[in-house]
Amino acid sequence: MLQIKNLHAGIEDKGILKGIDLEVKAGEVHAIMGPNGSGKSTLSSVIAGKEEYEVTEGEIFLNGENIDELGPEERAHAGVFLSFQYPVEIPGVSVTNFVKTAINETRKAKGLEEMPASEMLKKIREKAELLEIDRKFLSRSLNEGFSGGEKKRNEIFQMAMLEPKLAILDETDSGLDIDALRIVANGVNKLRNKDNAVIVITHYQRLLDYIVPDFVHVLHNGKIVKSGTKELALELEEKGYDWIKQEATI
Amino acid sequence: MSKYTEEELQKELETKEYEYGFYTDIESETFPKGLNEDIIRAISKKKNEPEWMTEWRIDAFKIWSEMEEPEWANVHYEKPNFQNISYYSAPKKADPNKTLDDVDPELLEMYKKLGISIDEQKKLQGIAIDIVVDSVSVATTFKKTLAEKGIIFCPISEAIQEHPELVKKYLGTVVPKKDNFYAALNSAVFTDGSFCYIPKGVRCPMELSTYFRINQAGTGQFERTLVIADEESYVSYLEGCTAPSRDENQLHAAVVELIALDDAEIKYSTVQNWYPGNAEGKGGVYNFVTKRGLCETNSKISWTQVETGSAVTWKYPSCVLKGNNSVGEFYSIAVTNNFQQADTGTKMIHLGKNTKSTIISKGISAGRSQNSYRGLVQIAAKAENARNFSQCDSLLMGNKCGAHTFPYIEAKNKTAQVEHEATTSKIGEDQIFYCNQRGIDTEKAIALIVNGFSKDVLNKLPMEFAVEAQKLLEISLEGSVG
Ligand SMILES: Nc1ncnc2c1ncn2[C@@H]1O[C@H](COP(=O)(O)OP(=O)(O)OP(=O)(O)O)[C@@H](O)[C@H]1O
Ligand SMILES: [Mg+2]
Repeated sequence: MLQIKNLHAGIEDKGILKGIDLEVKAGEVHAIMGPNGSGKSTLSSVIAGKEEYEVTEGEIFLNGENIDELGPEERAHAGVFLSFQYPVEIPGVSVTNFVKTAINETRKAKGLEEMPASEMLKKIREKAELLEIDRKFLSRSLNEGFSGGEKKRNEIFQMAMLEPKLAILDETDSGLDIDALRIVANGVNKLRNKDNAVIVITHYQRLLDYIVPDFVHVLHNGKIVKSGTKELALELEEKGYDWIKQEATI
Repeated sequence: MSKYTEEELQKELETKEYEYGFYTDIESETFPKGLNEDIIRAISKKKNEPEWMTEWRIDAFKIWSEMEEPEWANVHYEKPNFQNISYYSAPKKADPNKTLDDVDPELLEMYKKLGISIDEQKKLQGIAIDIVVDSVSVATTFKKTLAEKGIIFCPISEAIQEHPELVKKYLGTVVPKKDNFYAALNSAVFTDGSFCYIPKGVRCPMELSTYFRINQAGTGQFERTLVIADEESYVSYLEGCTAPSRDENQLHAAVVELIALDDAEIKYSTVQNWYPGNAEGKGGVYNFVTKRGLCETNSKISWTQVETGSAVTWKYPSCVLKGNNSVGEFYSIAVTNNFQQADTGTKMIHLGKNTKSTIISKGISAGRSQNSYRGLVQIAAKAENARNFSQCDSLLMGNKCGAHTFPYIEAKNKTAQVEHEATTSKIGEDQIFYCNQRGIDTEKAIALIVNGFSKDVLNKLPMEFAVEAQKLLEISLEGSVG
């Protein structure tokens, strides 16, 4: 599904990602952990195609195709979804209207007709229920005045609506209370199947109790310095990052 | 690959083209350029006007000749040479008394391009439409249906002939001849426009609509609209405007007078899309308009406007809240792009007790345009318990445009409550990326954000036109045009 080879990227003269290799196959869950500022969000932005970052070296393949030349919306059409660490506000645009536009623009790009209103409504109802979202919430302006947790839940609602092939969840757990975490995590699990893949970026083991990763990677200073299975996350929870940082500098 | 950086957005916006920029080759009768008493008499004669009307015009001309063009608005332009404009131009075959079948096919073709096929309009229940091309009114539909309710909706030239008592009584009472330079000019030379009278207690069953179009080169358009809502009546009125793309500047100086008698309500909506000039700032319409409404006791006037066109706009739809408990509202979206300049806003003059006004202004600036809001809230000494709420929001795209807010508040009564809120925001790269990430391309993303920003005002438009206005906003701000 996703293949990243020797990826170097940064902003202006500053390198942030310094040689990332990663392969994510359909049906897998990968967790990416790592200290603040190590480049996790940058990596997700670069995969999603944010133009602000310049790719100086390396390649990204999606389903075997180099996506270097694709704009962010084209990558989205190809099935990439990013649950933002900091979702932005769009005043005056309701969640429903936004999601509807997103779905129909994606369909348009694929040469499909707009989704019939009844089908759209049914889907909205279904997914709102899955994530225990009050439907009144959906008529509010996108992210405007949403609490931290509401923003994150809304991201996953959009993911549920868009049914991506590759979902990257950037600290979706931060800001969620204990119940919300369970609801959102269960929602994500229900959306998983053998044809899609999830990358979860997190600082905490508790999310990984629910969304169990097949692989765990540690990002430090723009590089993946350690990869392992879910046990690695437990080890990190216990020991912190210092031992890895030390290993990495040796 | 569409990507978003400030610079590219800038470029994209500059390539915007004007969709209605065609010129229709209709045989026209156009007066020689220049302005003097003879021309005014000739216009009046052409229109078969009674003596009193001719004299009224001459009087206005004398007043105008003594006046100086105003300088205070935050706009810069080359002043029109008033002797180099033709003050009368009419499609030759137009005759309001003929049926639609007699209308010049070229004209009909033009309406089609404007998206206002009259045939369709005829069928479309709920909207009566009057179309003014250059100086004359060429088609008024639905006249009969309206007449059954006693509603008069016709070209003002016709009203002068058929309903002189109403015209005489109200014309110039809200916007006096000497009100300002352009109002005086309009009073002297106005050639057509719409007249509307809603009798006492009647709720107008459909939207009344006027479509203005400047077609002929070197002409000015000076239309005059007079809407009278008698006691306890209601009317919703919409005007739309377009003009061909031309290198020279064209002048449009209209006057609109609204009169809401006791307990009446007038909703007046405008979708203005005059040619804004090209990307270098050449050409475009100068839109200098005086719009004012008078509210008697318990009455209400709402102005809603979506302004995307014109090279220079100078316009302040206002309400004189004369009667106690009367209500004035102003909802505006003004979009400027490239080199457009807009200085628009409103005046709310509170004279009566318990009068209330609301102002919601949304300015959107792109390119190198300048967008100014200028609002006056005036509360007279006798206006006990007057209330005003004003909100002015500006949205900027790129770094070369400007948004300016000039609120003036004059409260002479201590019980007045006046609130003013203002915000300025920018469309952020993060917002665009967020939309892109969800599969929405940059153009659509801008449209979405702009629509969201304008929602409070779009919601005030009659349903049929809200959709049209939304489209217009997209066209005005996007690179591609259909
Ligand atoms: N647009 C930018 N401009 C300047 N510096 C940036 C930009 N984006 C990222 N950086 C820098 O790159 C480094 C990596 O940032 P990134 O947001 O990817 O970290 P992260 O691993 O997601 O951290 P956190 O765990 O705190 O979310 C940081 O030092 C950050 O300051
Ligand atoms: Mg981060």
